[in-house]
Amino acid sequence: MTTVTYRQALHDTLRAEMLRDEDIFLIGEEIGVFEGSYKITAGLLAEFGPRRVRDTPIAEEGFTGMAIGAAMLGLRPVVEIMTINFSLLAIDQIINNAAKLRAVSGGQVRVPMVIRTPGGGGQQLSATHSQNLEVFYAHVPGLKVVAPSTPADAKGLLASAIRDDDPVLVLENLALYNTRGEVPDGEHVTEIGQAGVLREGSDITLIGYSRAAVIALGVARRLEADGISAEVIDLRSLRPLDRDTICASVRKTSRAVIIEDDWLSYGIGAEVAATVQEGAFDYLDAPVRRVAAAEVPLPYAKPLELAALPDAGALTRVIQETLRATGFGR
Amino acid sequence: MADTRRRTARAGKTRSRSLAHEDQEVLRGYYRQMTLIRAFELRAAEMYTRAKIGGYCHLNLGEEATVVGLMAALREDDYLFATYREHGYALARGADPGRVMAELFGRASGLSGGRGGSMHMFDQEIRLFGGYGIVGAQMPVATGAALALAYRGGPGPGSPAVMCLLGDATTNIGAFHESLNLAALWQLPIVYVIVNNQLGMGTSVQASSAEPDLYKRCCAYRIEGQRADGNDVLAVRDAARAALERARGEYRPALLETVSYRLRGHSVVDPAKYRSAEENDRARAADPLPAFRARLTAAGVLGEDAATQIEAEADKAAAAAVDFADASPAPEVSTLFDGVYASPVPGLYRGMPGDPVASVPAAGA
Repeated sequence: MTTVTYRQALHDTLRAEMLRDEDIFLIGEEIGVFEGSYKITAGLLAEFGPRRVRDTPIAEEGFTGMAIGAAMLGLRPVVEIMTINFSLLAIDQIINNAAKLRAVSGGQVRVPMVIRTPGGGGQQLSATHSQNLEVFYAHVPGLKVVAPSTPADAKGLLASAIRDDDPVLVLENLALYNTRGEVPDGEHVTEIGQAGVLREGSDITLIGYSRAAVIALGVARRLEADGISAEVIDLRSLRPLDRDTICASVRKTSRAVIIEDDWLSYGIGAEVAATVQEGAFDYLDAPVRRVAAAEVPLPYAKPLELAALPDAGALTRVIQETLRATGFGR
Repeated sequence: MADTRRRTARAGKTRSRSLAHEDQEVLRGYYRQMTLIRAFELRAAEMYTRAKIGGYCHLNLGEEATVVGLMAALREDDYLFATYREHGYALARGADPGRVMAELFGRASGLSGGRGGSMHMFDQEIRLFGGYGIVGAQMPVATGAALALAYRGGPGPGSPAVMCLLGDATTNIGAFHESLNLAALWQLPIVYVIVNNQLGMGTSVQASSAEPDLYKRCCAYRIEGQRADGNDVLAVRDAARAALERARGEYRPALLETVSYRLRGHSVVDPAKYRSAEENDRARAADPLPAFRARLTAAGVLGEDAATQIEAEADKAAAAAVDFADASPAPEVSTLFDGVYASPVPGLYRGMPGDPVASVPAAGA
């Protein structure tokens, strides 16, 4: 094990995979000479050259579509879309081509590509640069969407995504890039479609992904001092969704709170809540609650931005409300 | 300007050179293919009205010379990315007419297994990489295929190239600009062909394009642009062949425009009321099929009997394609989830409408 940042884990995995397979190349804006907007690709142009680290013009639809075409001919492109907000410029290529070409060709072609893109707010980037649009992609059959919350998963899920024969969107998070954690040395792949149990507990299940899973884990640790045993599920994969792990946990704890950075209505949490009510209805002692972002275009002013985003305080409050409603501790 | 990469736009010869230099059997082959496409598409229209074909169905009627000329220029190892008006290209590229019709019928034996329909014909055997239902969606993808060729190989007379088809109206969407810019910037082996049938649905080129000489858009990317008479199979073939040779040999992308005329509506169900009687007369007068027939006959390449025989064979082949499609089974519902993902997907929800997403284990389980 080595302790590294989430950013370093992504960088090291890209490099290791590129060394392993000549068919892997990187494509995106400012990933080469500029070394990446968030420096994930720092040093890779110098090491691998412009054939394998391709700086593009500002043309998300163009270069994302090109990655699809290159993948159809057997290459394994890793696209960097600077932030998930800009993926909207490429959404036709992602949803109508990447997700569908295998299906509409009757299984003749495959599209082994990765789209790496960070989402999330909290950086005072205002409404157009702070969104969590992963639900758009998680909605679509033909795509896979993963969302690592730790450096170890950043390594394991990115490696899995690159080796996968289908298009995989790897959701990164601006607020996580500098977080640190232990990462297994050498070969480490994390199966896509498998949620992680970050912490076992018996009183309540907290479910999150990406930055929200990190918040949930912190809250669970603090609640221990109050005699509350919270289990924390990190979804890790948004499509496919590991419904079994979610439901098994809630059947054990009888209570569930979901935390997510995206907007509440029609969000990832709504799908999780619907899953819980089908898979653990008779076990539930309280309604499933969701802690999500306030439904506004995220404002620039810091107090407003902070107020709009879900945090440990909001999660703690909802956990306590849920416990109280079920007579916990009385 | 000293920049040697600067390219010019030019309108091609309106008429190809004399038939004297052509192999007569090859010429008859072109007529055979054009006739087959005509017969096939007329059959497809008929089958649509009989509800054997569903969805949208866009025909190549009136574009046969363009289709056959372009496909004659393409080599076996080249890659083709088409629009949603692609039945004829599949046929001219060598796809089995029965399997093309079966795809229209939505049958398991169809080119795309009945999954794609009229707009999404794929056949890896002949390097036909779709069939794209969204206008312009094929352009970045085709450009990426050219990038893959450049990634693995290099320019040379033996190298494969990519041909990317698009309609006249596609020149106005963002993907057109982004693709041409990237292909020119990175010098990729690709030829973009604007199949200008003068109408995007019901909107004319003049009403949609500030520069209606579409091939002139090449100037913005410093690549070569050329216009060819889309009703002249040999003019199309020669222009496409020259562009492809530059693409494969020197990695110089190009923009070729072929001008023809759609004989019918945008799709089978469109009566094309936006076209005047005069326009329809002009379209019929420009019909490439009787024109090529007359040209071959006048040059002594094709006798009346031979022409009639070719036409009868085409009708027979189209009828056989219908019979094959009709006799083919529809895909089994049990195969619904096949071919969506290439890698195994643990935990993938494969519920049918109304199925639960999660079930509670039985007591004691």
